Amino acid sequence: MIKVSGLIKDYGTIRAVDNVSFDVAKGSVFAFLGPNGAGKTTLIKMLTTILRPTGGTMRVNGHDPVDDPDEVRRTFGIVFQDPSHDEQLTAYENMDLHGVLYAVPSVERKRKIRELLEFVDLWGRQGDIVKNFSGGMKRRLEIARALLHEPRVLFLDEPTLGLDPQTRHHMWAYIKGLNKDKGVTIFFTTHYMDEAERIAHDVAVIDHGKIVARGAPVDIIKQTGSSSLEDAFIALTGHDIREEEGTTSDRVRLKRAFWRRR
Amino acid sequence: MSVVFALWLRQIKRHFRSRTRLIGSLGQPVLFLLALGFGLGPMFRKAGEGDYLQFLAPGVIAMPILFVAVFSGMEIIWDRQFGFLKETLVAPVSRIQIVLGRVLGGATVAWFQGCLVFLICVIFGFRINNILFLPLALGVMFLLAIFCSAMGTAVASLLEDIQGFQMMMNFLVMPLFFLSNALFPLKGVPPVLRVVIQLNPLSYGIDGLRCCLTGGMLHGLGVDMGVLLVLITAMLALCTWLFSLIQL
Repeated sequence: MIKVSGLIKDYGTIRAVDNVSFDVAKGSVFAFLGPNGAGKTTLIKMLTTILRPTGGTMRVNGHDPVDDPDEVRRTFGIVFQDPSHDEQLTAYENMDLHGVLYAVPSVERKRKIRELLEFVDLWGRQGDIVKNFSGGMKRRLEIARALLHEPRVLFLDEPTLGLDPQTRHHMWAYIKGLNKDKGVTIFFTTHYMDEAERIAHDVAVIDHGKIVARGAPVDIIKQTGSSSLEDAFIALTGHDIREEEGTTSDRVRLKRAFWRRR
Repeated sequence: MSVVFALWLRQIKRHFRSRTRLIGSLGQPVLFLLALGFGLGPMFRKAGEGDYLQFLAPGVIAMPILFVAVFSGMEIIWDRQFGFLKETLVAPVSRIQIVLGRVLGGATVAWFQGCLVFLICVIFGFRINNILFLPLALGVMFLLAIFCSAMGTAVASLLEDIQGFQMMMNFLVMPLFFLSNALFPLKGVPPVLRVVIQLNPLSYGIDGLRCCLTGGMLHGLGVDMGVLLVLITAMLALCTWLFSLIQL
């Protein structure tokens, strides 16, 4: 379903993604793990056509995101790490606009919007402006929206960030159901290692733009002699805190701004 | 419902839900109308140039069209900052559809604000020469709005953050307005300034509007509309190309 080979992304002299290769099988749940700034979001952006790679090849559902972006766009849904809804529109209007962009027929659109907003417990607030929603509500709306056009691949970039345990549990149950019942391929990133261990069939760990481990969660735990995926993750990526560094592209932008000012 | 219509509707909803935008964009033109229209009016009359309000009104009507349309186009920067741009960039629709929806939405709200200022001008004493030309004047206003909205979209496609907004204001919007035929007639202006004003796209919109509303003109309505149509086509092509280059 997803095939990445020798993928490279450079920002100036900084290499954010360094010769990354992996496959994701159709109908599988794939977790892409790494510390902050490791290159996870950059890779998702390339797979989802909003960033062009410097080198290497990619295929998503048989199509090349660079040469055939519209075909790729038709096949996936995405929940971005940061919000991507319009805060001045209502929850329903955000869903409806998404449905129009993905050419979901009107009658089906109405039915699906209701079904999905009920699923994320927002149907009662469907007419409210999103600006007035809490962080968790906005996240739930993003998830509902990504599912509206019934994608064959679902990219989830930190989907449960800011959600309470109940909603996380509820959301993963639904996503697992989608994967099992409809064969939707799931590609997600998360900092919650317990989620990755519990849900993913396959895991890749990326650090400094390179893949440092790949396999089933159990195999990675075994390979590193750890007791959990979290311990294995720390064994693979080290103890250094990267929390405050920002992403690679943030760093490049800061450098650019600095040189412009000079 | 087409993609263009859905994105157009989004712009309309956003504009009409923001009372500050609706009212805020009227402040400056009304101030110009009162301060300049009535303040400089007697001098203008003494100089034998007639009623200044009659001359000024088309320029003042063009003012919110320029400002609101450019800023609507510049909403791309906000959408980039607050995330909505990603939603449109990953959608399986052509970039021209996205650009058209945005540009037409921005143009419509700017045109609406221009109509409000038009009404205010009439309240303050502005008189239309021939009412039959009113639909044509509204058409010229809309063409001007499309051009300004496309220009805002094109420039905003190049900018990465909100800091670029001030630069746009100081180096594009203000010079376009003040170096046009909005506030003063071209008679007697230095030759260099005359050339600058004649190269300014806004001058053609204002001249077309003045021609429809008061009969006074510099180039003639046909030339004004022709130039505006050519500029709109070129600007739409440019902003679609620049928009298609956006990476996040």
